[in-house]
Amino acid sequence: MAESGLPQENGNDGAVAQAAPPIHVAPAPHIAEQAFTTRRMMADVVIGLVPVVAMAVAIFHWYAVVQVGLCILSCLAAEVLFTWMRRKPVSVTDGSAVVTGVILGLSLPWSAPWYIAVIGSTVAIGLGKAVFGGLGCNIFNPAMVGRAFIMLSFARELGASAYVVTQSRLDIVTQATPLTIAKKFAADLAAGKVVAGDIQLQFESARQLWPLFLGQVNGSLGETSALAVLIGGTYLCLRRSASWEIPAGVVLSSFLLAGVGNWLGLTPFTALHHLVGGSLLFGAFFIATDPVTSPLTPKGKFLFGLGVGCLVILIRLFSGYPEGVMFAVLLMNAVVPLLNRWTIPRPVGGPTPASA
Amino acid sequence: MTSAVVRKPTFARGLHPADRKHFTAAAAIEVLPTPQEVLIPLLQHLGAPCEPAVKPRTEVALGDVVGEATKFVSAPVHASVSGTTRRLSVATLPNGRHVSAVPIKAAEEQLLAGRDLFADMFGGEWPTDGMDHYEPQQIADAARGAGLVGLGGAAFPTHVKLTRNEEKPIRTLLINGCECEPYLTADYRLMVEAPSPIVVGALLAARATGAEEVIVCVEDNKPEAVEALRRATQQTGVEVRELKTKYPQGGEKQLVLAVCGAEVPTGGLPLDIGVVVLNVGTSAALARAVLRGKPLTHRILSVSGSGIRQPKNLLAAIGVSYRALIDYCGGLTPDAARVVAGGPMMGFTLGSLDVPVTKGTSGLTVLTRDDVRKAAETTCLRCGRCVDVCPVNLVATKIALASQAGDLDLAERYHITACMECGCCAYVCPASVPLVQLIRQGKVSLQKARGS
Repeated sequence: MAESGLPQENGNDGAVAQAAPPIHVAPAPHIAEQAFTTRRMMADVVIGLVPVVAMAVAIFHWYAVVQVGLCILSCLAAEVLFTWMRRKPVSVTDGSAVVTGVILGLSLPWSAPWYIAVIGSTVAIGLGKAVFGGLGCNIFNPAMVGRAFIMLSFARELGASAYVVTQSRLDIVTQATPLTIAKKFAADLAAGKVVAGDIQLQFESARQLWPLFLGQVNGSLGETSALAVLIGGTYLCLRRSASWEIPAGVVLSSFLLAGVGNWLGLTPFTALHHLVGGSLLFGAFFIATDPVTSPLTPKGKFLFGLGVGCLVILIRLFSGYPEGVMFAVLLMNAVVPLLNRWTIPRPVGGPTPASA
Repeated sequence: MTSAVVRKPTFARGLHPADRKHFTAAAAIEVLPTPQEVLIPLLQHLGAPCEPAVKPRTEVALGDVVGEATKFVSAPVHASVSGTTRRLSVATLPNGRHVSAVPIKAAEEQLLAGRDLFADMFGGEWPTDGMDHYEPQQIADAARGAGLVGLGGAAFPTHVKLTRNEEKPIRTLLINGCECEPYLTADYRLMVEAPSPIVVGALLAARATGAEEVIVCVEDNKPEAVEALRRATQQTGVEVRELKTKYPQGGEKQLVLAVCGAEVPTGGLPLDIGVVVLNVGTSAALARAVLRGKPLTHRILSVSGSGIRQPKNLLAAIGVSYRALIDYCGGLTPDAARVVAGGPMMGFTLGSLDVPVTKGTSGLTVLTRDDVRKAAETTCLRCGRCVDVCPVNLVATKIALASQAGDLDLAERYHITACMECGCCAYVCPASVPLVQLIRQGKVSLQKARGS
């Protein structure tokens, strides 16, 4: 905003009250939607995550509090560290580090040791965001970059077996995650083993839809309760802080593809189990919707969602991993520039002659 | 099948800023006392500048031509007061352009002032029959002679729209009373206080263009205007249509899309698809030009905003300085921050108050520091809200960032020239990126690069 050549201070001496008001020259538009800012968007995500965090605490008790709290603090510290290293203005107040921290924390198993949370957070902010130039410039979802790093580096601590502890005060964690059980069940079936006894019982219990929907199952902290995710996610979409096109695409494609997979006998879980089980909904509403790493246009967003949904199911059915949201989101992040280019909307009135 | 609730026409996307018209919506139009001096710019329209038609120190009367239009896309300018001309000077327009201008020192005695002026412009009888007596070309010529230009803001010479073209027959005439910019109420007051000349002007324009369908379009936040126009259009064949209130409904292309359901081609005019759009003020001025032979010397404008002490709707002489308007409205408040020529969405800020009002000036909006407060600019989050609100369906952030980076090819691939700078994108941007400004810069760079 350039100051004009007019006197800047209002004399305010009565007689010539209007003689010297400060007048600024600035480009139009001169008014803005003041209530909707970057910070407000980040705050919305945190508000949307409240039911998810609450459910995580209800299920995993203080494990959830410690894990999420640790990730938030580490992310904030990393944000401060990296902005200081880059001699950039303090960006820690924009709230994005908190969002990354909460999402990373919620995507970890309850059992992950403290240093994993710290390393994951540091990598999320450093490699996921700062090296690209900070908020708005990154290509990949920072929380997922952090999670991928620790998942590949600490396979034992984040593998399927890490979730299970046979002796624990928490009943839920004595069972494997539903998707792991389903995977094992399918593998046993395919190998022609006689499926009986323990695994049969576990599978029967894992396929109970209602506990799966409410979240009374083992899993990463934030993923277990589809109900909590739907509540928070609906809020986000209504506020337009997340684009509904993305979760819609994810749900649609994953539901269809999982249905086909179930019909072909590739998975013992039905499409509905795949939808409410694992972190599919959490990913659809809170991870894939990261505005920075998703496309710009409504059509692009929907295609992006479809891609994430398909990849999640493909990974669940054909890879060694029981779950695939993280890799699905990261892979789709990589094609966002292409999606943007393919979905340039047609201007009202038709394309401009030069670009036709 | 017609449903009980008829859906009001509108266009896709756009936004709903607070309309803030309460400052002046109820204020009857006041006539600004004759200023001591006016400065008549020789370019107040889109097109070629006028040639000065009077020598310095010449006596001129209200309505005398002071600038002659020599090209087709141009419009003459007239003395807006009686008085003595001075030496040719230069005026700086709100958009920063410097143009030659004729200063006129007002005489003691004026032909018309006060309520007489208002009565002469809008009062009296406005017969709605007998339009067939006028030859179409006669009407277009009268518009040209009177220096009529679009009073909605773009200031496109009216006679160009009214001149018949065999290749592009006109089917529909839209009279634009949307006034979608926040704060502004000049058109609204005209519609409420003087609907008859608007209707007569519409009938004349229909006669000139050969349009079979005449529709006066008003947003549904102006029920009083709709009612006044409905009364004035009885038994004239002119239809009044209520449109959903949405910014920028008053944009010519958005209006045509909403009412006619047809898209004006990018880079084209409504003319290309058989539609002519006239602002309500232009329509009333056309009626006056044809029926009473009076040129365009005055216009109605709103002086509004929380930064002005007494917001008013004024009938002011063209060429009067913004300073005079502000003085008449009690001056600026101490927290005034920006003085905007036009509305807050598309208007230009004034760097100096000694700028003359032109034909296209629809108002003066004074905004306070609170009004213009914005969060600090951050990097684009690529959230796509600018895409969600763009009435032209552009990806504003891509165009703006491409412009900033000097990648003109990319900007063109994203249709930069289709942007009409309505400001919706910058209004909603959570990162406060000056999108419109960047796009404008890109357009200028593009013009330079392609022009050479």
